[in-house]
Amino acid sequence: MTKNFFPIISILCFIIFLWYIFSVVLNSSWALDKAERSSKTLTFKELVADTWSQKKPKLPAPHQVFSEIWDTTFNKKITSKRSLVYHGWITFSATVAGFVFGTALGVILAIAIVHDRATDLSVMPWIITSQTIPILALAPMIIVVLGSIGFTGLMPKAVISMYLSFFPVVVGMVKGLRSPEILEIDLMRTWSASRSQIFFKLRIPKSLPYFFTSLKLGMAASLVGAIVGELPSGAIAGLGARMLAGSYYGQTIQIWSALFSAAILAATLISAISLIQRIVLKRMAWSG
Amino acid sequence: MAEHPIIEAKDVGLIFQTDDEPIIALKDVSLQVNKGEFISFIGPSGCGKTTFLRAIAALEKPTAGLLKVNNVTPELARQARTYGYVFQAAGLYPWRNIASNIKLPLEIMGFQKQEIKERVRKVLDLVDLTGFEKKYPWQLSGGMQQRVSIARALSFDAELLLMDEPFGALDEIVRDYLNEQLLKLWKSTEKTICFVTHSIPEAVYLSTKIVVMSPRPGRIIDVINSELPSERPLEIKDTPEFIEIAQRVREGLRLGHSYD
Repeated sequence: MTKNFFPIISILCFIIFLWYIFSVVLNSSWALDKAERSSKTLTFKELVADTWSQKKPKLPAPHQVFSEIWDTTFNKKITSKRSLVYHGWITFSATVAGFVFGTALGVILAIAIVHDRATDLSVMPWIITSQTIPILALAPMIIVVLGSIGFTGLMPKAVISMYLSFFPVVVGMVKGLRSPEILEIDLMRTWSASRSQIFFKLRIPKSLPYFFTSLKLGMAASLVGAIVGELPSGAIAGLGARMLAGSYYGQTIQIWSALFSAAILAATLISAISLIQRIVLKRMAWSG
Repeated sequence: MAEHPIIEAKDVGLIFQTDDEPIIALKDVSLQVNKGEFISFIGPSGCGKTTFLRAIAALEKPTAGLLKVNNVTPELARQARTYGYVFQAAGLYPWRNIASNIKLPLEIMGFQKQEIKERVRKVLDLVDLTGFEKKYPWQLSGGMQQRVSIARALSFDAELLLMDEPFGALDEIVRDYLNEQLLKLWKSTEKTICFVTHSIPEAVYLSTKIVVMSPRPGRIIDVINSELPSERPLEIKDTPEFIEIAQRVREGLRLGHSYD
C-alpha cells in the first residue's frame, strides 16, 4: 500500500493542478469582459482569484465543487430538495432496484440459453439488438408507456436500469456457465451425473468469477440507466434531475457536484460488489 | 457363478462424421479383457486407443459391432459404477480441496456422509497422500495431482480402472515412481486396469497384456501376453525378457506404420 501511495497521490495532484489551470483558462474571458465593462484592468492575481470564484463559471474550480458537495450533503436536512443525500438516495434506490431485477433477468436468461439451443438461437439476437438502440431514445418511451398505465416514480427508472444492466450479466454468465472444459464435463459423465448435478456442482462454481465481473458492469450500467431515466419527463428528484436543473439555470457548480456524487455512488456500489466477491471466492478458495 | 470377461469387444467399429469426410476411428476391433488383467493400449496418435477407451466408458458410441462391459452395455455398466476413469489431466476442481475433490463423485452417487469420509480416508491412504486433505490442487505437484485423480477414480470402488495416458504430462522420474506405485496399487486392490500410453517401456513394465494399435483406420495389430513375473522392480527393465517384449511391441508398431 505504501508503495502505491506516492503514484496515486501524485496523479491526483496532477489532475487537480490541471483542473485549476483549465478553470483559469476557460473562465478568464468572462472575468475580463466584466472588468472591461466597469473599465478596470485586472492584475494576474485578481484574474486568477476571479476565475476561481465565479457564481456560474464555465468550469468551476475543484474547491467550489467540493464545498458545494459538502454544503449540500452535510448542511442541508436530508429531506430537503436541495440536499444531495436526498437526490442521491432517489437515484440509489432506482439503481439498486433495477440492478437486482436486471441481474435476476440476466441469470435466468443465461441459464436458459446455456441449457437450450433453441433459446440460444431465438433469444440471443434479440438481446443483442436490444442494446443497439440508444437508451436516450428509448427512455422517454418507457416512462411515457409505464406512466400511462399508472407506474411513476421509482418503477420506470428501475425498468430502464434493468434494461441496461441485464445485458452484461447475460453475456458474462453465458460465458461463465459454458466455461467448464470438455474434460470436466466428461468426468461428470463418467460418474453418471445428472444435468442438475453438473449445473450445481460444476457450472455454477465455475461461473462465479464471471458472475462478479458481470455484476460490476451491470451496476455501472444500472446507475447510468437510473440517471438517464431522471432526465426526461421533468423528473424533479434524483441526481439526473439535479444535473438537468443545473443545466437549465446554468448552475455549473450544481451539475459538477451531481456528477461527482454519481461517481462516488458508483465507486461505492462497485467496491461493495468487489468486497462480496473477495469474501465469497475466498470462502470457496477460488482465489488460489 | 460363470466367469465372464469384464470387457468383450467383437468387430467394434466407430466412425466420426466430419464435414469433409468420415473418419474411421476404429475398425473391426475384437478384444477380450478378463478380470484382474492389466492391459496397455499402445500406438501412435490417431490409432483409436483413446477412442476405444472412451467407447468402453460410454463417452463415445460405437457405430458397428458388439461392445459389452461386465456383460452389459457400456451405458448400463457406467450406471452400475463399473469403472473409474483417469484422464491425462487430473481435472481437479480448483475451488475444492483435495478431500472434497475426492468426495465429488461420491456426493453425486449419493453415498452417506459417514461412508464418504471413510472412503476418502481409505483412498488417500492407498495413493500415499494422507495428510493432504485440506490442501488445494494448486499447492500440489503435477504427479501428486494425478495421484489424487487416481484416488478419486478408486473412491467408489469400481471394478475396472480406465486410464488414458495418466502420466503422459509428467517427467520420466515422476513417471517411473508412479508406475511402481500403480503396480502396487493394482496388486493390492485386484482391479482390472486398461491403460493407454505412448511409451513402450511403460507399457511393457506395467502390463500383463499389451495391445498394439495402428492408425488409418484404427485397428489392433498385435496382442502380446507378457510373461514377466508379477514382482517387478524397476531394474526389470534391463533384463533380456523385458527387452524382448519391448522389441516385439516395437516391431508391431513399425508394421502398422504406413509412413504416409
